[in-house]
Amino acid sequence: MRRLALPLVAFAALIVVVMVFPAFVSDFRAQQFAYVAIYLVALIGLNVLTGYTGQISLGHGAFMAIGGYTTAILMADHGVKDIWTIPLAALVTGAAGFLFGIPALRLSGLYLALATFAIAVAMPAVLKRFEGFTGGGSGINLFGTPELTASLTPQSVLGFELSFNNWLYYLCWTVALVSYVAAWLLLRGRTGRALRAVRDSETAAQSSGVSLARYKTLAFAVSAAYAGVAGSLFAIATTFVNPDTFPIALSITLLVGVVVAGLGSLVGLIAGAVFVQFLPLWAQEISRSPGAPAVVYGVILILTMFVLPMGAAGLVGRMLAKLRR
Amino acid sequence: MGDFLQQVVSGLASGAIYASLALALVLIHRATGVINFAQGEMATFSTYVAWTLTTNHGWQYWPAFVVTLLLSFAGGVGVHQVAIRPNEKGSVLRVVIVTIGLLLLLNGLVTLIWSGEVRAVQSPFPTRTIDIGGVAFSIQDLGTIGVAFATVALLWLLFQYTKLGLAMRAAAVNPAEARLVGVRVTWMLSLGWGLAAVLGAIAGMLAAPSVFLDPNLMAAILIYAFAAAVLGGIDSPLGAVVGGLALGVGLNLIGAYVDFVGADLRLPVALLVILVVLVVKPSGIFGKREVRKV
Repeated sequence: MRRLALPLVAFAALIVVVMVFPAFVSDFRAQQFAYVAIYLVALIGLNVLTGYTGQISLGHGAFMAIGGYTTAILMADHGVKDIWTIPLAALVTGAAGFLFGIPALRLSGLYLALATFAIAVAMPAVLKRFEGFTGGGSGINLFGTPELTASLTPQSVLGFELSFNNWLYYLCWTVALVSYVAAWLLLRGRTGRALRAVRDSETAAQSSGVSLARYKTLAFAVSAAYAGVAGSLFAIATTFVNPDTFPIALSITLLVGVVVAGLGSLVGLIAGAVFVQFLPLWAQEISRSPGAPAVVYGVILILTMFVLPMGAAGLVGRMLAKLRR
Repeated sequence: MGDFLQQVVSGLASGAIYASLALALVLIHRATGVINFAQGEMATFSTYVAWTLTTNHGWQYWPAFVVTLLLSFAGGVGVHQVAIRPNEKGSVLRVVIVTIGLLLLLNGLVTLIWSGEVRAVQSPFPTRTIDIGGVAFSIQDLGTIGVAFATVALLWLLFQYTKLGLAMRAAAVNPAEARLVGVRVTWMLSLGWGLAAVLGAIAGMLAAPSVFLDPNLMAAILIYAFAAAVLGGIDSPLGAVVGGLALGVGLNLIGAYVDFVGADLRLPVALLVILVVLVVKPSGIFGKREVRKV
């Protein structure tokens, strides 16, 4: 139980900070931090797959696209209220991840990176082509629809009147924190051990009785479901989806976030999510060119591999280990 | 029939470009054991260099072409020495992430230096068509095919008939034993990266006149090159060339004659090729099967 004390206290503190944060910042900042929560969900999903199971994915933006479009289509065409589309998006994307996980079983390392990269690149073209379903290039607008909570009139929650951005903030962070706990519970026990065994040596894991097929497809399904939830929240937050909402750059950015935060660790992910949301804004302050964020991302990604292959979480872990000595 | 032949030749021209870039991927995969996700951006960068030399400095096309190839070669060697070599000892994931970092860095740099504007690039070949047996072929297509084939032939001669080529093959196949017989393995691998950068530059410069130059010039072409390399077998140079040409012609014919696919779904078709080949026959048409070790 003592081993749990520190994480529990830290998590309780995090919940309190998240709860009171909007009271101290502008509506606009609250919206920015809602996106941090969305990226956090996506990064948790990617880390389950890449960090814990060792299966690289350069295509998580495509799974986010599936989640986002599920939400948008359900809201616009079937009149489903926004928050109820989130679990449905998780189910649809989870199923998609499971289905992709089956052929992916035959792909190792590089080939998987390649296949997922190709999926992310091809996704916008597919979305544009099936116009009747996805609205084609012009996308689906959600703003002002009755299905979108708080978009026109403030939403009252427990006696508080929340503006759209504040409502969005609380919605995204609630989902993110629940997702975080769920991932922690999944990864701490038997399943997490099996996934890490697959990552460290497939052959060794298999000879210890870990079913590669079962755990890899499981990791794909779970990871994709997380990405789907993130995509669903993203669609709600931007109140609009089109094929360019989920470009290949998004997939790569997520990988950068996970690498910088630390592969195979959950604690660094919040920093990773803040990094993903705010780095482009900081980069814009250095240079106005639209190329600046990519340059900064690229340099940081390469430098991380040089000095901190385990990311920020690895650095913290090393420092803690030194302190204890 | 004439229309069909035209489609085949223009498919071969795109295919020659895919083949050049696929060959670059294969060279690097043989040398370093990774897939270079930055290959397309390296090519785009080179193409911008050539564009600057001809447009801003008033160079003739072919001198600019040659100087760009030399600069690209130096760039490729530099990338390997500075960014890749120090990370080669770690897991494959680590090198892959470095190449993705390079992708972002180069893409951003191109936008930073040359802005994101779309630019027209002059073609070294006349835009006329030439009449062969009653069918009009574009000279630009034929020129593209010619340049790509000449490059592949030169590379083949280098690898097959020179001591340097032999040393490079040895370094790729068995680094430890190559080192024992006196091959400077690291430099041979760097050389592989340099040649790959040259191939990419050629692909970029051949592609630019027909699709315009912008920072994402090679994004789609890279996917086609991936598909070509996978189709032919990621370790087989011959496979990359055959795969590239087959893909170029196949996609062009499908795009022209299958209404459902049209121009929009060509990229997803390439993706489908990648997935099907990887699942059904991961070693490709010409590749050797990999044996997995613990």
